[in-house]
Amino acid sequence: MLFSLYLVTQEWSILSPPEFVGLQNFARLAKEELVVVSLWNTSFYTFIAIPLQLAVAFVLALALNQNIKGRGVYRTIFYLPSITPAVASAVVWLQIFNTDYGVLNNLLGIFGIPALKWLWDPRLAKPAFILMSLWSVGPSMIIFLAALQNVPTEMLEAAEIDGANAVEKFRHITLPMVSPVVLFNMIMGIIGSFQVFTASFVMTGGGPQNATLFTVLYIYHLGFRMFDMGFAATLSWVLFLIIMLFTLLQVRLSDRWVYYEMG
Amino acid sequence: MESVSQWWQSRSLRDRIFRFCLHVILIVLGITFTVPMFWVFSTSLKTLGEVFIVPIEWLPREPQWRNYVEVFTLLPLTKFIMNTAKVTALGTVGTVLSSLLVSFGLSRLRWRWREAVFALVLGTMMLPGVVTMVPLFVMFSKVGWVNTHYPLWAPSWFGGAFYIFLMRQFMLGLPYEIDEAARIDGASTLRILFQVITPMCTSAITAVAIFSFLSHYNNFMGPLLYLSDNSKFTLPLGIYVYQGRFDEYWHLVMAVSVISVLPIFVLFWVGQRYFVQGVQMSGIAGR
Repeated sequence: MLFSLYLVTQEWSILSPPEFVGLQNFARLAKEELVVVSLWNTSFYTFIAIPLQLAVAFVLALALNQNIKGRGVYRTIFYLPSITPAVASAVVWLQIFNTDYGVLNNLLGIFGIPALKWLWDPRLAKPAFILMSLWSVGPSMIIFLAALQNVPTEMLEAAEIDGANAVEKFRHITLPMVSPVVLFNMIMGIIGSFQVFTASFVMTGGGPQNATLFTVLYIYHLGFRMFDMGFAATLSWVLFLIIMLFTLLQVRLSDRWVYYEMG
Repeated sequence: MESVSQWWQSRSLRDRIFRFCLHVILIVLGITFTVPMFWVFSTSLKTLGEVFIVPIEWLPREPQWRNYVEVFTLLPLTKFIMNTAKVTALGTVGTVLSSLLVSFGLSRLRWRWREAVFALVLGTMMLPGVVTMVPLFVMFSKVGWVNTHYPLWAPSWFGGAFYIFLMRQFMLGLPYEIDEAARIDGASTLRILFQVITPMCTSAITAVAIFSFLSHYNNFMGPLLYLSDNSKFTLPLGIYVYQGRFDEYWHLVMAVSVISVLPIFVLFWVGQRYFVQGVQMSGIAGR
């Protein structure tokens, strides 16, 4: 960590000894266009993917919480994708998104939708990644499921006796009781999404036209392709600060909507 | 036991519609989630020509099992598998041992800076990997560990923050009386750890072992940064190489993917309960 801080003040290309450049790396942050681009890409992805992921995971957990046949099978189906190696997923989705021979376009074709370029269209590349991320909501779903099962049934029964209907029970009992878990999944999700790397590295390399140049990918590129270690370190600290900021923000705001049983 | 028709009539209409819709949604979503995996497996058994047919065919005419043999000859796949096994095994064992030791020290023993050290450990967990990516590489290159497997598993022997956190939370839930009883009986601290506490922690240990296994097995960035010799690659990197070199040969790339995913599926099949338990434990412990 400290070494990383030290690197921030240097310009270094591994091949030659580091050169002290003081705060020049910070000035570069403002000048290099790709910095803003990568941060925008990462933010766009994170702030759209996370709400969607939370929603899907929660809905699935709700569905699995009902007493229906085959719960174990469904649970397996929804959880399994998340434990496949990221590289394998990336490679598979690369082919699913393929314009001419991919499964997705074929399926859309059945409904009469013309083939989309997905990963090769700058406007669709990020939505494609977001779509792909929905495949791995397994762990979140399981955590939500555990939380749902922890909602005390006496409370629900008491409410029913008092005349509450299903919607009211959900809004006033279930939701507040699972809110700490929602917060947890949200924080972990955002921290994770900000660091998306493997998929973009394997599938698009940052393109098309830098549409999927996420920040960690850019840092990798800076440090290990351009050998610009000092600047790479600088950018990684910026990312760190941003993540910290958002985490703190979420924790602060959580007082307004999260309900803790212990008070 | 009531007959089906009695059951049917005892449910309100609303309830029945609700359940029906639920089943429909679950089936549709279930199929959506399964499609990619099915497609991978199906494609891995096709011939090159069958892969690029439009509209796509879901099943190969004749399963080409020889694809699986072919992928072993094109690139040193066996080496990849062995490397992955070695790194994963060493890493997982290291993680379990070190997190047991550290979390024991942080939960069952009392010493002056206990809480401060714990806070420090937690702090490192919040640090995004990306910040340490560059400096770690530099450090490892200075000790000559680049292009070896060491950076991939050695750090685990010093403890991973997440696992330490999980174990500590779990251990805090165990009664102190047991420690005291053992001490009265004359057990040394180390003995308390291994013969008293550890057997009580099996579910936490299993959770840590599983997550650590997955994490080491799936590690992509590590091998990407540190390995340059083809023969030292692990499976994730191997898949990437396949993708790069043989990217028109979808059926082969898919076969490699299936091979790489197989051990995990088997592990999941056998230990499903522990997976779910582990996720719940980490989710609840993470609060």
